[in-house]
Amino acid sequence: MENSEQQNPRLSRRTVLKWFASAAAVMQVGALESLNYVASAAEAGRPAAKGYGQDPDVSQYYNPGDFWPLTFTKDEKETTAALADVILPADQYGPAASTVRVPDFMDEWVSAPYPVQVADRAIIIPGLKWLAEESQKRFKKSFASLNDTQKRAICDDICWPADAKAEFKKAAAFFVKFRDVAAGAYYGTPEGWKAVGYVGNEALMSFDGPPKEVLDRLGVTQTVK
Amino acid sequence: MPFITSDQVQPEYDVAIVGSGAGGGQMAYTLTQAGLKCVMLESGRSYNPDTETAMFQRPDQSPLMGISTPDKFFGFSDATVNGGWTVPGEPYTQASDKPEEQFWWWRARMMGGRTNHWGRISLRNGQYDFKPYSRDGLGFDWPLNYKDVEPYYTKVEMLIGVYGTNEGLENTPNSPKGVLLPAPKGRASELYTQKHGKKLGIPVIPIHRAVLTKALDADKIPAKLHPKNPRAQKILADAMRGRAACFWATPCVRGCNIRANYQSTTVHLPPALATGNLDILSDAHAREILIGKDGKANGVLYINKKTRKEERVKAKAVVIAASSGETVRILLNTKNAQHPNGLANSTGLVGKYIMDTVGASVSGHVPALENLPPHNEDGAGGSHFYAPWWLYKEQLKGKLNFARGYHIEMGGSRGMPGGRNPAPSDFIKGAYGTKFKEEARRYYGSFVGYACRGEMIPNEGSFAELDPKVKDDYGIPVLKWHWKWSEHELNMALHASKTFGALIEAMGGTVRSKQVKTGHDIIEPGGKIIHEVGGALMGADPKKSVCNSWNQTWDVKNLFLCDGTPFPSNADKNPTLTIMALAWRTGDYIVEQARKGNL
Ligand SMILES: Cc1cc2nc3c(=O)[nH]c(=O)nc-3n(C[C@H](O)[C@H](O)[C@H](O)COP(=O)(O)OP(=O)(O)OC[C@H]3O[C@@H](n4cnc5c(N)ncnc54)[C@H](O)[C@@H]3O)c2cc1C
Ligand code: SF4
Repeated sequence: MENSEQQNPRLSRRTVLKWFASAAAVMQVGALESLNYVASAAEAGRPAAKGYGQDPDVSQYYNPGDFWPLTFTKDEKETTAALADVILPADQYGPAASTVRVPDFMDEWVSAPYPVQVADRAIIIPGLKWLAEESQKRFKKSFASLNDTQKRAICDDICWPADAKAEFKKAAAFFVKFRDVAAGAYYGTPEGWKAVGYVGNEALMSFDGPPKEVLDRLGVTQTVK
Repeated sequence: MPFITSDQVQPEYDVAIVGSGAGGGQMAYTLTQAGLKCVMLESGRSYNPDTETAMFQRPDQSPLMGISTPDKFFGFSDATVNGGWTVPGEPYTQASDKPEEQFWWWRARMMGGRTNHWGRISLRNGQYDFKPYSRDGLGFDWPLNYKDVEPYYTKVEMLIGVYGTNEGLENTPNSPKGVLLPAPKGRASELYTQKHGKKLGIPVIPIHRAVLTKALDADKIPAKLHPKNPRAQKILADAMRGRAACFWATPCVRGCNIRANYQSTTVHLPPALATGNLDILSDAHAREILIGKDGKANGVLYINKKTRKEERVKAKAVVIAASSGETVRILLNTKNAQHPNGLANSTGLVGKYIMDTVGASVSGHVPALENLPPHNEDGAGGSHFYAPWWLYKEQLKGKLNFARGYHIEMGGSRGMPGGRNPAPSDFIKGAYGTKFKEEARRYYGSFVGYACRGEMIPNEGSFAELDPKVKDDYGIPVLKWHWKWSEHELNMALHASKTFGALIEAMGGTVRSKQVKTGHDIIEPGGKIIHEVGGALMGADPKKSVCNSWNQTWDVKNLFLCDGTPFPSNADKNPTLTIMALAWRTGDYIVEQARKGNL
């Protein structure tokens, strides 16, 4: 699986083909700087930003905002933090999303100039607006100021598109997208790794394969001696 | 003086090598250890794996959690510089608007080329793979047998370090005893696949990859590789001592700054430079080969990408190893009175019969892998197991509707998380809160993926030519691609998709990928697997081929093509080990010719 989509199942073949189509269009013209998605970015109503290009310094550590400006408004950021914490609260598995910078990563995501993120922005920004308005309508408060029961009341209405009432379908699509992006950010942190059960990224003297407990559960034996 | 600039070029070299990847790296190594003075031209920038590799970077330390973008197709930390299916300033065009007739051309513009980020899967072609036409009447035979290449496979494996086992399976050659490094232990999903593959007759065995699971034996190997050459032995021993064994963390696609895996920049170039016989020019884009009045190649004309000026190097012989497409492009762009259709192209075959690997993949969910106790599965930074092609007998009996084989590459999903939701929505529906975190824990690691890597038979419809109109930023005509899959490849892709479905079901799982009806629904686009070879057919007859079995062009006897261009077939085995073995073999031939004064 050395060069397959396995490493990035988020990217469907169609998405990649779409990139390629836009890249190919540019290629036919001749000059090709880094891929340029300004047109679609502008359509989604956001300032055009540059990507990191094909030769960024990958040996560094980066923070959200290092490559392109973050664009969440204060309200959007607060709503994001509150909703991310409903989805990924502090519990026996780990800390709350907002304490491991998930809102910052999501800001970076929706502010990015690449097509996948530009498309996500078009769902997430209006979704956050809807959430703010819905909270005002139901409880006369911002989403972040609601108590847990109130937050859940809204989330229960929008958490799954197939079960959502007609008037909540769009918000439900937003919820699913938001959950994907928030989880992608949360589980990329050391705390998230612990929460999901990933053990690794540390130098070892030997690789011993799955422990006996795992082999037994699967009914297999280690065949490499 | 190893890394030089245009003004430091020597008046003449023995050999000029274009390209610093697998083929160019091996060639430079072989020639310089034997004492030949070489200059290497690399179109990309210089690259230092010691300082530029993202080893332990976490997703939360990388933009967008490190995921793929159009700027970095295999993720932010991937060791590809100025490359991908697009390269700034270096376009290419397609002859057709239909996606299935287009070719994705991957290039990396950096020292070491694609070897900095390749998958390191290193499989030997078997004896059938050199004589495919004799077996089924399709494509072309090589003017070589397995036994001609065998000693060079062994030498390359000893030099670069390859892990794996000898299983003695049909057309899946063993290495001599003691050559392979120990195979890494199977991971949970690999062992589970192995167990259930058995029911379907699919042999799941350790794969061969160029990763050191153990330090190389610097006391013994150099003497075996360079008998009677104490200086080469010493240089190689030092280089081997500078490589550590894998520490079982970090994805190999990012490159390896402890030099535990093979990349040209850490394995081939350092000992070649240590001989003092190699000058390397980076940002030097070869445009054409210089030809003397005697019809022999005598140098390379290149564009200095920094100054945009035309420059020349002079040499007694020229090796092109710029990767299939680019080598074709250089040959076609070398046009003059003697060579009106391009260099080495008296047959008109340059650019013809380009092949990629047949790719198709299916993913599935396996409940048995849910909620496994957390454990470290990083391993050797890539796959540990695979399944070689297993249906040779059925194929011979005419029971399959395609003529060649595929191997199965496989992966589980317990890798480093980040950038995507471990719990797919169609499983967890409306879960949020602690319930969601439980679901994430449950499903993380329970997905598997199987990929077909199959042989494509060369056909008339898959080739590259110069675009009459479009030029790149340096004013050089670009390649225009033509692509066509035959029924063999399409039927193979369908067969693979059915096999993978059956395998996933045998494991008690369900297929996640879309159901497909035709091969076109599942086959990856040409070039997508990045194993392009062909374009300068190797053969026994000068009238029907471009190169002889020494990768030497028939038309220009001191011009050698040492990447995948001469390949008459593209076995399911990933091509790079064969590129290196042939480059070494050709290198020995060049050394011999030089000693005889024949260059
Ligand atoms: C993600 C990925 C995974 C892969 N996995 C595997 C695998 O597991 N197993 C396997 O066998 N193969 C694999 N491959 C393929 C493998 O990388 C290639 O087969 C191999 O690198 C080919 O070697 P090469 O020397 O022909 O070309 P390259 O390694 O591409 O080197 C060619 C070099 O020439 C330079 N060059 C090009 N044009 C010019 C010019 N005009 N002037 C000067 N220099 C020029 C390029 O910049 C480049 O550095 C993979 C490739 C990729 C991208
Ligand atoms: S897994 Fe091993 S070989 Fe691969 S990059 Fe990491 S240390 Fe190097």
